[in-house]
Amino acid sequence: MESTIDNIAFQKTITTIASRNQLTQVVATSETVLVVGGGISGMTAALEIAEYGIEVILVEKNPSLGGRVVQLYRYFPKLCRPNCGFEINLRRLRVNPRIRVLTLSEVASINGEAGDYSVTVKTQPRYVNSNCTVCGKCETAVETLVDNPHDYNLGTTKAAYLPHNMAYPFRYVLHPSIIGTEDAKKAKNACMYDAIELEQQSEEFELNVGAIVWATGWKPYDAGKIQPYGYDRFDNVITSVEFERMMDPFGPTGGKLVRPSDGEPAKNVAFIQCAGSRDRNHLTHCSRICCTASLKQSTYVSEQHGDDANSTIYYIDMRVIDRYESFYQKVKSQQNVKFIKSKVASIVEDANTGEVILNGVDTEGYHRYANRHDLAVLAIGMEPSVDITSIADGVSVDSSGFIQVHENNGAIFGAGCASNAFHVTRSVQNATSASLRAVQTINQVRHAQVQFSVSVE
Amino acid sequence: MSSIESAAYICQGCGIGDRIDTAQLEQVALGEGKVGLARQHEFLCSRAGVEMIQNDIEQQELDKVVIAACSPRSKTEAFRFDTVALSRVNLREGVIWSYSSDADNEDVQSSAEDYVRMGCAENRYMKKTSGNQSAGVNRRLLVVGGGVSGMTAALESCKAGYEVLLCEQSERLGGWSAALHRRVPTREPFSEPEDTGVTGLISQIELAPGIEVVLNSVVARTSGSPGQFSVDIENGHGVRTENFGAVIQATGFKQYDATNLSELGYGISPDVMDQVQLEQLAVQADGNPIKRPSDGKPVESVLFVQCAGQRSTRDGHLSYCSGHCCNTSIKQAMYFKNALPSVDVNILYDDLRTPGNGEDFYRSAQLKGITFTKADVLEVSKLNGSLNVKLFDKILNLETEVTADLIVLATGQVPNSGVDIDEGEEESDDTVRVAFDSVLNLQYRQGPDLPHLHDGFSDSHFICFPYETRRTGIYSCGPVRSPMDISQSIEDATGAAMKAIQAVENAVSGRAVHPRSGDLSFPTFRKEGCTQCKRCTVECPFGAIDEDEQRYPVFNESRCRRCGTCMGACPVRVISFENYSVDTVGQQIKAVEIPDEFEEKPRILILACENDAYPALDMAARNQIHHSPFVRIIPVRCLGSVNAIWVTDALNRGYDGVMLMGCPKGDDYQCHFVKGSELAHYRMSKIDDTLEQMDIETERVITHEVEITDVHRVAQLINNYAKSIEKIGLSPLKGF
Repeated sequence: MESTIDNIAFQKTITTIASRNQLTQVVATSETVLVVGGGISGMTAALEIAEYGIEVILVEKNPSLGGRVVQLYRYFPKLCRPNCGFEINLRRLRVNPRIRVLTLSEVASINGEAGDYSVTVKTQPRYVNSNCTVCGKCETAVETLVDNPHDYNLGTTKAAYLPHNMAYPFRYVLHPSIIGTEDAKKAKNACMYDAIELEQQSEEFELNVGAIVWATGWKPYDAGKIQPYGYDRFDNVITSVEFERMMDPFGPTGGKLVRPSDGEPAKNVAFIQCAGSRDRNHLTHCSRICCTASLKQSTYVSEQHGDDANSTIYYIDMRVIDRYESFYQKVKSQQNVKFIKSKVASIVEDANTGEVILNGVDTEGYHRYANRHDLAVLAIGMEPSVDITSIADGVSVDSSGFIQVHENNGAIFGAGCASNAFHVTRSVQNATSASLRAVQTINQVRHAQVQFSVSVE
Repeated sequence: MSSIESAAYICQGCGIGDRIDTAQLEQVALGEGKVGLARQHEFLCSRAGVEMIQNDIEQQELDKVVIAACSPRSKTEAFRFDTVALSRVNLREGVIWSYSSDADNEDVQSSAEDYVRMGCAENRYMKKTSGNQSAGVNRRLLVVGGGVSGMTAALESCKAGYEVLLCEQSERLGGWSAALHRRVPTREPFSEPEDTGVTGLISQIELAPGIEVVLNSVVARTSGSPGQFSVDIENGHGVRTENFGAVIQATGFKQYDATNLSELGYGISPDVMDQVQLEQLAVQADGNPIKRPSDGKPVESVLFVQCAGQRSTRDGHLSYCSGHCCNTSIKQAMYFKNALPSVDVNILYDDLRTPGNGEDFYRSAQLKGITFTKADVLEVSKLNGSLNVKLFDKILNLETEVTADLIVLATGQVPNSGVDIDEGEEESDDTVRVAFDSVLNLQYRQGPDLPHLHDGFSDSHFICFPYETRRTGIYSCGPVRSPMDISQSIEDATGAAMKAIQAVENAVSGRAVHPRSGDLSFPTFRKEGCTQCKRCTVECPFGAIDEDEQRYPVFNESRCRRCGTCMGACPVRVISFENYSVDTVGQQIKAVEIPDEFEEKPRILILACENDAYPALDMAARNQIHHSPFVRIIPVRCLGSVNAIWVTDALNRGYDGVMLMGCPKGDDYQCHFVKGSELAHYRMSKIDDTLEQMDIETERVITHEVEITDVHRVAQLINNYAKSIEKIGLSPLKGF
């Protein structure tokens, strides 16, 4: 008889109801760790725990793993490529039979206690099964265009799409808006491998796990709420995450840094720090990464426009701590990057030229300015993407909603940007520490009869 | 027993069968490929296809399997057969998706046939991996350093069920944090200094029976490898030798020597001090008003100077930012304000750096009436028993003077990271140097301590992998790794403990750790061929190879990360892995059919880093960015594993060019095996002499740095190179 575990190992990513039931019955036990969130923190936690030797179920809301880092063009301070580390992590994942991945899935509720949690997971249909060979025939057949979330909706994609070049699972997905339409039938008819299942439904099921690593990451603060900056009114005011997408050759502008208003090159770019952060009207915390991120983005302007590039960074304090200081000094030594100590007061648009005009006071010497730029990039603040307290009662969070280390949290451990505004290295560091805490819980479950002299707090 | 050892499976799906004569591929596999069994399938990764392979493996007792389908990066889970040596032939991304529809059918078919020949040849020379059998079984951990980081690492490992020896150089646990009055807050509302928690941590350590603490002790010698480290612990009275599975180095920092800061007034008066000295005053005052050291007068005004000797390019200063000092000064400012609200407290800063919830702490300080001034200190002098400071106020844009009873300099952290093994590399000295100031005294060919990254810190070079270590099984954490505060140190130590117990478990089961996690192959060498040239021991990026008394290499398998740099280095080609060797690649190169000169079809060999260049090629193919069908691409573990013999053999066999694609090198290198790409560039620069002796143009060998995102560029590089080969003309060595 074919064992159910082999069945599941056959498809690391689980799509059918039958295998999910097996998942709950066979694979997920109190010796399993649930990792929620498939960005770099969640992937790290899942991999560290599985490479230690414990079974992991990794749940991701989106159709692909990777999270926000795969939407970045480069990392600071090395200016290397996020996809490079992502590839290593994917390689680690592909060869590790201890991790099962559930995409298009979210945790709805958590009940129980350390060593014995019952978790309700909701899964949305992908409409594409593991037969998919990424041949792309469905994409060609479908006509409907939908907003592309990978590009922060700056561009569109076909309603049958591969989330991005390095998507994992490496498999297409149908946008739910075309289900029941002719387009969906076209996609199905185009598929030669029986990979499209239009009758798939959303489902809900229970998992029993011993510990939970919560790595749901962050979301950009709603820029429209910062009214004086006119993000919702001016085309040429964009956020830092959108700016990243413009540099991707496969992104919404084909890798060109342009003004959204007219597609002209954006050569004179303003970076506005603390957009939504360090502000009692918005996010009270400092989002930590934005100063260094803007420094990095100023190098994009130079990379693209050479001697014609001009970047101006409007800041309160340049918070580029520890090893990153040298990166700050390196960027500061560039002739075409200017620093103005100022919280920008307002932005207006010159309707004739499309330029944005930044008004404020340079506090070093108190000079008023009204500076013109092609593009204003808001270094947007980070806030937790999910309110965990609505899912798991009693988890301790700070006033911004980030998970605090607390004895009341049981075996629910925050990792990465669910615990604070972190850059990539800090997120991974944090996720690795969360991994150990999950391992401690599982080892206690495994050796329940062995007296642990020191209890897990 | 079955007479068939190996089998090949050819997929016809995804359009492979439409563009390629797969029946012919089957014949190639059975013929030149010498497999005992070959089958085609219309959809090989389907359950039926996979079951067909699995049944054959079981019934025919196959040891080796060749799968000719998609890229090895695709359908990895479906094509996972743990009991055989597996080769993947990339017909989809590598052939049909890589060549434009205009490409000559004959060229596409030749390419597919070549790739099948290559896959079969590789497979023939591969062995099943068995895992490192000489792994140790010791799971106990050594933690060096008894400050917050070391204590945390010990305690957290213990909670996971591991025994720990905690070795502390001084006569007590606690490190710097034990000398603090309070710490920066870690919880809501982040407004007041908090108890340090150090006393509680020390008592938990003392109560934990799994943790043995040795004080007044240092590490005098470390040898062995993960799962079987042997360490001499020395105290004043003698040496004891203990065995460990992994090591955590939490040796912390030294306070920057403020005597270098006479320009900030250090030394002119006992009332100018650093943050550590102020903590001593605060401990003495214990919540009462702090008195100044010179005359015991209660302090009425205090000035904090941020970035003292830090963030500076001046000689003797620290170039980096120590991260914690802004919050620490705010905390210390509160010592004054909380004891006596009338004290005038002014913090002089350049950028106030209180990331995350530190912002709440900063706001709390402002509410308490602590003044923050963006200013540079120009001069400090004594005046009427107090201190007079000339400064330039950057906001008011003017020079001004203030007096203070006390000045606190926020100086930085200097890592206790031992010997800088990269400094003044001496080739002549073969003996392992035991340095007095070493922390670990590693008996490794590469030197006695963890390599420093920059400024003496041992942090990982990799942004995505902060615990990447160049000495497997040895993880550093806390301020020895990067400047950091207590909160981050606790987190970091917990993470390092995770990596340490993971390294132990992997070593015990003979598996590689990051980045080739789970790899069961490991290097062996043929002693009779070895010339004791030491290149493998010198070039191993992980210090995995030692030398014995006769100067033969000694492979410490569980230190090895399986990159193959040793294999690439070996001039006599005696080093190999079971499934990756000079032969597994060399035979692929030999398997390609080289058209004779009259056909005018060049052949270009590409050796591509499997982590970056090869995925870029896959992505180019899927995006219909095409390249010449005249190239044959072989993925390699790292460009560092490329042995020069592959290049010269290829040219001798009539290839018209050889192109190497590896990761960016240099200071911001992206090579995951540290020096692989750089070594390959270096080795190829030395190959020119050989080429000239062969009477071959040096342009026939070219090395490129390729990033994983160079999706358009990889195809351009290939096509441009194909054109330049056309210009140079076909190789003169064809047909010999």
